[in-house]
Amino acid sequence: MEELVIEGTPKTPTIKFNPNNGYLLVRGRSIPENSIEFYKPLVDALEAYNKNSKPQTKVDIQLEYFNTSSSKCILDVFKKLEVINSGSSEVTINWFYEEDDEDMLEAGEDYQAIISVPFKMVEVEED
Amino acid sequence: MDNIHDFYNMMEDGNIMLSFKGEVTSDLLTSILQIMESKMETLDEPPKIKKKVYNILVECLQNLYHHIDEDDALTAANEKTALFMIRKNDDGEYSIMTGNYIANENIHILKARLDKINSMDKEELKDYYKEVLNNGEMSAKGGGGLGMIDIARKSGKKLDYDFAKIDDKFSFFSLIVNIAQ
Repeated sequence: MEELVIEGTPKTPTIKFNPNNGYLLVRGRSIPENSIEFYKPLVDALEAYNKNSKPQTKVDIQLEYFNTSSSKCILDVFKKLEVINSGSSEVTINWFYEEDDEDMLEAGEDYQAIISVPFKMVEVEED
Repeated sequence: MDNIHDFYNMMEDGNIMLSFKGEVTSDLLTSILQIMESKMETLDEPPKIKKKVYNILVECLQNLYHHIDEDDALTAANEKTALFMIRKNDDGEYSIMTGNYIANENIHILKARLDKINSMDKEELKDYYKEVLNNGEMSAKGGGGLGMIDIARKSGKKLDYDFAKIDDKFSFFSLIVNIAQ
């Protein structure tokens, strides 16, 4: 299966999803006006991956910040991962946040409370 | 041309860092965000404050953008424009101010939402956010009713708002978001 690569812009994150080793990376900032359109390729790729998933799926979310319109789409991505996790793949989500960034930590905790996939909070040092 | 000097002094005294009046487009949002980012970089703000202000700024501006984009009832050019200002007080506190026209029939829903948000404490806002995130419907433009909740949560202050009646059809909606240090 083909790898999904979306290069980052000032308003949208870098997305890399490799269905051949089950690794997903979302990194940068996510503040597009139309986030449904932006996240659709990833949601579609995860949907396709679910039919032929790897035993392990690792997800790294390294977002600097995101707008509320993205927050719904990120939840959609996590809900797809939830389905994959209840199928034949073990999913782990790593949520990265910079030390001192309470807003990002809280945002991670919000998702952690909503979705039932192993969800790790990873603190990183400030740049 | 004395007025221009008055106008300058008014903005200077009000500690206005940036203001804009006009139609809010996607390109404009990008530019304002870039300007504010480099301004805050110059001011050497701690990353925590920088991120918080930036985040709230994005929500405020996108609220204006979606509102204006979505409301077909607003036809006159004047009524499509909005006002945006950001201020840094002498004590270092940031405030974001926005103003835009709103159809009178839409006031009730917005006012009820703002009052509900203002009645909540930190924990209640967190729960309300999760509830809307998980259950709320998303509009075609991507607004999901989360913006104001997020602004209130991140700012740590009550939302200061006003509706001033213009005529039978429209009112002017003003919002001031003070950001707790």
